[in-house]
Amino acid sequence: MWITPFITKSSSISQIMLRVLLALIPGIVLYVWYFGPAILVSLTLASITALATEALMLKLRNRPLKPFLSDNSALLTAWLLALSIPSLAPWWLVVVGTAFAIAVSKHLYGGLGNNPFNPAMVGYAALIISFPAHMTHWLTPNALGGIELSFNEQLNYIFNMVLPDGRTLDAVTMATPLDMLKTQLHLGRAVSEIREMPIYGYLAGKGSEMIALGFAMGGVYLLLARIISWHLPVAFLVSLFATAGIFHLIDPIHYVAPLFHLFSGAAILGAFFILTDPITSPTTVKGKFIFAVGAGVLTYLIRTFGGFPDGVAFAVLLMNICVPLLDAWTQPKIFGKKGGGK
Amino acid sequence: MRKLFKFHGGVHPSTHKAESTRTPIAKAALPSKLVIPLHQHVGSRAKPIVQIGERVLKGQVIGIPESHLSSAVHASTSGTVSAIDTQLVAHPSGLPDLCITLIPDGKDEWIEHSGVDYKQTQHSELRHLLRQNGIVGLGGAVFPSDLKAYSHKHKIKTLVINGAECEPYITCDDMLMRERASDILRGAEILRELLHAEKVLIGIEDNKPEAISAMRQVVQSEQYERMKVIAVPTIYPGGGAKQLIRVLTGIEVAAGVRSTEKGVQCFNIATAYSVWRAITYGEPLLSRIITVTGNVDHAQNFEVLLGTPVNELIAQAGARASTDKQIMGGPMMGVQLPSDQVSVTKATNCIIESSPALFPPPLPALPCIRCIRCADVCPAELQPQDLFWFAKSNNFVKVEEYHLFDCIECGACAYVCPSNIPLVNYYRYAKSEILSREQEAQAAEAARERHEYRLLRIEREKQEKAAKLAQKEKAAAAAKAAVATPALIDADDENAVQKRIDAALARAKAQAAANMPKNTDALTTEQQAEISMIEARRAKAQESASSEDKN
Repeated sequence: MWITPFITKSSSISQIMLRVLLALIPGIVLYVWYFGPAILVSLTLASITALATEALMLKLRNRPLKPFLSDNSALLTAWLLALSIPSLAPWWLVVVGTAFAIAVSKHLYGGLGNNPFNPAMVGYAALIISFPAHMTHWLTPNALGGIELSFNEQLNYIFNMVLPDGRTLDAVTMATPLDMLKTQLHLGRAVSEIREMPIYGYLAGKGSEMIALGFAMGGVYLLLARIISWHLPVAFLVSLFATAGIFHLIDPIHYVAPLFHLFSGAAILGAFFILTDPITSPTTVKGKFIFAVGAGVLTYLIRTFGGFPDGVAFAVLLMNICVPLLDAWTQPKIFGKKGGGK
Repeated sequence: MRKLFKFHGGVHPSTHKAESTRTPIAKAALPSKLVIPLHQHVGSRAKPIVQIGERVLKGQVIGIPESHLSSAVHASTSGTVSAIDTQLVAHPSGLPDLCITLIPDGKDEWIEHSGVDYKQTQHSELRHLLRQNGIVGLGGAVFPSDLKAYSHKHKIKTLVINGAECEPYITCDDMLMRERASDILRGAEILRELLHAEKVLIGIEDNKPEAISAMRQVVQSEQYERMKVIAVPTIYPGGGAKQLIRVLTGIEVAAGVRSTEKGVQCFNIATAYSVWRAITYGEPLLSRIITVTGNVDHAQNFEVLLGTPVNELIAQAGARASTDKQIMGGPMMGVQLPSDQVSVTKATNCIIESSPALFPPPLPALPCIRCIRCADVCPAELQPQDLFWFAKSNNFVKVEEYHLFDCIECGACAYVCPSNIPLVNYYRYAKSEILSREQEAQAAEAARERHEYRLLRIEREKQEKAAKLAQKEKAAAAAKAAVATPALIDADDENAVQKRIDAALARAKAQAAANMPKNTDALTTEQQAEISMIEARRAKAQESASSEDKN
């Protein structure tokens, strides 16, 4: 038996994943610019853990190492997770989260291609439920004039959990812009008042809004390179914007403007890099729209009315559950069988 | 400018057509022998009507169509029949088939033949001529043309002539159009007449400007008012009948639907050419244009006698030692030949000499990551990733539900798959599994019916016997009563009774022997194997004939 066709287009999973990794770089550069090089440490830690866990699991599952270790998919999971965790997290937080993501949510479900849930988001969910306090140590951006930690000082905290004399964790970290908004609203302040606070910039949080823009740049590259299709990111962002817009229109005092939501938290990263994970998102156009719109609405609801600092991870995981159903329900009509069932 | 339609998906593999279009079509040398398969078309195999040792003339019928769906086979040159036996043939099944081997005498002596003026001839007669001259679709499907050149209640509006030739490497249609446009269009006109079609749309991919201009020139100079030569975008598989019909007319012909029901019929340009030769000159289909390309010194198109061994053909293009296999057709949908000893048939449009450098062996497959690049390029608008998932898990109910049988096996999905999954092979596997299961189910159903009928018959016969017996006894009793004389038979004479029983037994035996079919017992195992093979092929041919008539 022979295999047809005899020719193939040169493309591979590792190439695709590599380009997605490259697309993350503008966001990472801006991350370093605003928050210091600590993020590079988490990225490295996560990468090493991911590859080691991947190798171990492949070994246990009796699978060949080389094709799977070189497919870059574990690296991508590692990077996405590292970018979702506060960069001033202790080293073991990154390691535990990444190992969990790769071992449990990927390999226990059958490895590459068979995982129903986005591994990075499973890792994030596991961490935020198990170590909620550690997951709030977001560094204060440089431009805010907060107390800057040198790279050595950041390293010392990551690996030894020791801060320089006289510095407290509260002094070098802060609540995320989304968290701050929620707490301040609880204290009875109006949105317009809160937005005046120094941690906020033009669109959302100072610094983080720029990182989001960096990720958006990478996302546009992925669209242009046809690595991802526009359906998921556009539908997600429009859905999030529209949901936030409706609440904002009804009550602008208590509900922040929709643009703020787009550039806060993991919305942009999620739109271009997390929802678009092909393995855990629907394959049909209609399915993609339902998936992304659902994720957008859920993200808003969890952010606004839920107890977690961001809603993207849980929104994505909840929509991941629906994927097989969405695929089955939204099968498109095929060639020659469109008009009136003829 | 005519409005063209689009079909979904498609891919753009590099075409590699320039290599074989640098020189005109050459006549291939007369081979040392011709091995002519009797089954070169869709339908049942032609029946051999020559004897070993018989001298035949060029164009002489050596196999006659054996059923409605069949076609004639001819001697491609004059010579002597040296064998009629099963040999390896150029067929995807890899199974050997009945062939007539002919040793050419070098005289190339024609049998007496003459054509007709199609305008003065009845359509039924023209169709008969196509059948007798062995004209079948030369685009690859080899469906008997006489059966396609028929318009029920004149419902066909558009005749599509397929000169798209979308497969990489193949240029036989391109060269035929460049060199023999006039005969092609005359053939198209005959087909148009036969179909009562209002217009003829000739679709040629825009990477063949010479062919397009040659065809356009003839349409203009010979004033074919109903014909239009249309340049269609170069995209694979734009030359698939369904895809070309879609591009030219906007009509989508679903699987299992005949295009004629939608008012369109489609023929390949080489078929149109053969139609003209057959009708006007009475020339049967004896040769065809074949591209010989790939790992050869001079890629070129040859006019090749049907039955020419592939290795003798390749030698004329300069075979190279690094060749490891031969592909019949293009690199997307081609068939790997079981050997270079097989001979070319009506379905052979291209022979690609393949080497590991030219077509490297496929990389090991990785899991599907649902990236749907396959769905993006599928011209049938299927979800190849789902079909793969179901086929892999032997979920044949689901795979059919997801329209497996609408798959045209063009290979675009596997071509783009970043995981190197041999998708088409999975689909072929699922299709053949489903078909063989259906056949098994049908056979079981037939056996059950036979069994039930047998029980019924035994029961009925029992009852009839009982009734007869009762009647006889009644009659005997009545006769006894009427005559009231002692029985004629001496009840004591046991000998006489025994004699009559013996005589009856002998009669029954003789009758049973007479009813027994004489040619099915005492078969050799070879004969039995051959019978079962023939049965299998017959079933296969019937099913492929009913499932697809692309050209």
